[in-house]
Amino acid sequence: MILLFAETFLFPGWKLPVDASAHGQALDRHLLLNLWIAVTLLCLAHLILFAGLLLRKYSEAPRRKRSIFLVEYLPLFALTMLFGFLALRAERLWAATRYVGANPAALQVEVTGMQFAWYFRYPGEDAVFGHTRPELIEAGAGNPLGLDPADPYGADDFVSSELVLPAGREVDIRLHAQDVIHGFSVPSMRLKQNAVPGQNLHIHFTPTLSGTYAILCTQLCGAGHYRMSAKLHVVSPDEYTTWLKAKQGGTRQGVLP
Amino acid sequence: MSSKDLQTKQTPKRQFAIFTTDHRVLGRRYLLLSLLAVAIGTVMSLVMRLHLVWPDRVLPLFGPIKPEDYLALVTLHGTLMLFFVLTLAPQAGFGSLILPAQIGSRRMAFPLLNACGFWVMALALAVLLASTFVQGGAAISGWTAYPPLSAVAAAGPGQALGMDLWLSSIGLFAIASILSSINVLSTVIAYRCEGMTWGRLPLTVWGWFTAALLSTIAFSVLLAALTLLFLDRHAHTSFFLPAGDLVSGTLHTGGNGSPLLWLHLFWFFGHPEVYIAILPGVGLTSMLLANFSRRRVFAYRAMIATTLLIGLLGILVWGHHMFVAGLNPFAGTAFSISTMAIAIPVAAKVFSWLATIWRSRPTYATPMLFALGFVSLFITGGLTGPILAQPILDQYLHNTYFVVAHFHLIMAMAGIFGLFAATYYWFPHICGRMMNETLGRWHFWLSFTGAYATFLPMHLAGLGGNPRHYAQLVGLPNAAQTLLSNIFSIQRFVSYAALCLASAQLLFLINLFVSLRRGRPAVSNPWSSTTMEWSPLLSPKDSANRAANRTTGDLLVSNQKIVVYRGPCEYLTSADGEAYKAQWQEEPKAE
Repeated sequence: MILLFAETFLFPGWKLPVDASAHGQALDRHLLLNLWIAVTLLCLAHLILFAGLLLRKYSEAPRRKRSIFLVEYLPLFALTMLFGFLALRAERLWAATRYVGANPAALQVEVTGMQFAWYFRYPGEDAVFGHTRPELIEAGAGNPLGLDPADPYGADDFVSSELVLPAGREVDIRLHAQDVIHGFSVPSMRLKQNAVPGQNLHIHFTPTLSGTYAILCTQLCGAGHYRMSAKLHVVSPDEYTTWLKAKQGGTRQGVLP
Repeated sequence: MSSKDLQTKQTPKRQFAIFTTDHRVLGRRYLLLSLLAVAIGTVMSLVMRLHLVWPDRVLPLFGPIKPEDYLALVTLHGTLMLFFVLTLAPQAGFGSLILPAQIGSRRMAFPLLNACGFWVMALALAVLLASTFVQGGAAISGWTAYPPLSAVAAAGPGQALGMDLWLSSIGLFAIASILSSINVLSTVIAYRCEGMTWGRLPLTVWGWFTAALLSTIAFSVLLAALTLLFLDRHAHTSFFLPAGDLVSGTLHTGGNGSPLLWLHLFWFFGHPEVYIAILPGVGLTSMLLANFSRRRVFAYRAMIATTLLIGLLGILVWGHHMFVAGLNPFAGTAFSISTMAIAIPVAAKVFSWLATIWRSRPTYATPMLFALGFVSLFITGGLTGPILAQPILDQYLHNTYFVVAHFHLIMAMAGIFGLFAATYYWFPHICGRMMNETLGRWHFWLSFTGAYATFLPMHLAGLGGNPRHYAQLVGLPNAAQTLLSNIFSIQRFVSYAALCLASAQLLFLINLFVSLRRGRPAVSNPWSSTTMEWSPLLSPKDSANRAANRTTGDLLVSNQKIVVYRGPCEYLTSADGEAYKAQWQEEPKAE
């Protein structure tokens, strides 16, 4: 009720961002269900509170002692069932997106967070990422990720400052941070995962709707945290192939927009 | 009054000595320290709010706010409020002032420990505030201080000396909290007066007791974690630093540690910490609702059990801060279940509160208003807890303003309402004068509407995807700006509301300082309470009581023995009016 009031009268511009991922629809439905339940319980509790304060006085004679079963255990049981149901529903969604890895055929992209930029590395035609060595990192020389030129697998890798993905194909993100912890967040993909130095974490999702979306950093990473963002372009498979060709024909290890 | 001779033997001036061990004087000093911290913390939050919505405006005395200044404000605001206000004021402050009297004791177990605790906390606050004046400014890594940002001096402005001072300050605070909780635990265990069984302890004492138990566990772990982080910074260890970590051109060679270890250790402290902050307020609210409704607390024993259960579950849920931090997803499920489980004892408390006041037609004195406000904010803030406890939803909401709104309602606002209730309620006990009721009511209604106006819309900003810790919401790279532009009007509204909320607190300050000198003199037991701190034998004016604090002797120094005859909250309603039986009233022989 309060949410509705706020949405209609105070902040007409407010809404959830566009949902453009395959798992997002179910997540949004579950989120809205949760919000409605919370708002309902909130109103109900306040209604009981105010009624209790306003209603005529009731004398607490010993024979009219209220039953702890009716006042506490029964509502607690109902609440436990309700929260159990929500937890179960949430767990199924969580398990579906996180318990199993990506399909082996998924598109591989490595995402690296550093103060204060995101870099996206594509493995090229061999579908294998070349080695990186932190000693080789030199952003000024066009090697922000420290790709090792001695590794043949890295020869066709290319690095982009924007994430370009074809709509409808699952993508397997290999997430990594170079310096401090960053938060890889794409609100429109309903996705968030911290990038932790020293770890390679995998998340996977399927973008469904073409468009340009914001990639944000959601873990405080230093003075430039607020401006650490990048663009996600979800394009049609054909456009993606064209973009890929252009990229692979370009200079190796180069960062092209 | 029979022990007047005792009073004359002691020099009355000693009570005001600087290094006193008198728990009442220490309690007042703890509260003054908190008042200073809350004033600074509130001003800082306003500067942040103003900067977010009017980024170009240069504030007088502050100068232009650079992103690192904003983050330093975030860090200091969080640290001040959580440690020096919400932990210090209920636990050490009101714990020292009121707890001994509530268990029928004239002294605490370790007065010297208590005094040490105060001075260490004062030093901790001084060190924290000093960090703003050093080269590079104060630390910018938030109160959670995630490494490597907090472990490498080159990671940002404020992460060199500012961070060292932050670590020292929190280290000192952890030591002081452990000292203070050992004192509280020992006092409750060893100094309950005759007849004060565990079942007769007021729920406030159960809140303090559980919070002190959690403090000893949580702050010990924090102290260890801070030490490890300090070693990483200065002794070239690698607890939290992975091999090959490259921060601002400095490559970390050496051991291969893990930043996740810090997250585990920090949140193992950090989550119990929020219960440490709120449990005394929860206990006080239960007692105040009963007192002003003239009813027993509904299901008193269940209230004790749920307090302990919240404490126990509180140390098993730290992983819900780490759903998207790189944990195994199965761990996410486990922590989700333990977190959801906390909703059950918490809901039981809410049901008990609603049942206690149900059709009681209570009197609406200011402490009662704040206790009711506590219930309302606790419900509202609590209901978003189970939402954030679901990893799949946290995957969207984590580190957005939704989380900020959630913990500000349940911990900050409910916590501070608990402190206001405590102040209005115990002011006559502490100062012998009443606070002004009219000002108190205005203060309540403005704070209550202000709290909701500030923090309810903030949920919407979070649902819209607005991340926290952003030093500015305009002038961002374009895709991010498009996302945030819809939310800006909400943020502007929140800033206006926050200004109103903060201004309303001036009423409290005025009321506090005017009532201190000019308040209406309080009668003994002005709220017709049943708990022991209102017993004439334990009144601060009682000379034996004062003398006991000054000598190292035990209770026998007073010639009047303190005995408790029944549990708290015994109110009787009959046709000819209302009466109550306080814990200290002797049962007439013939019933």
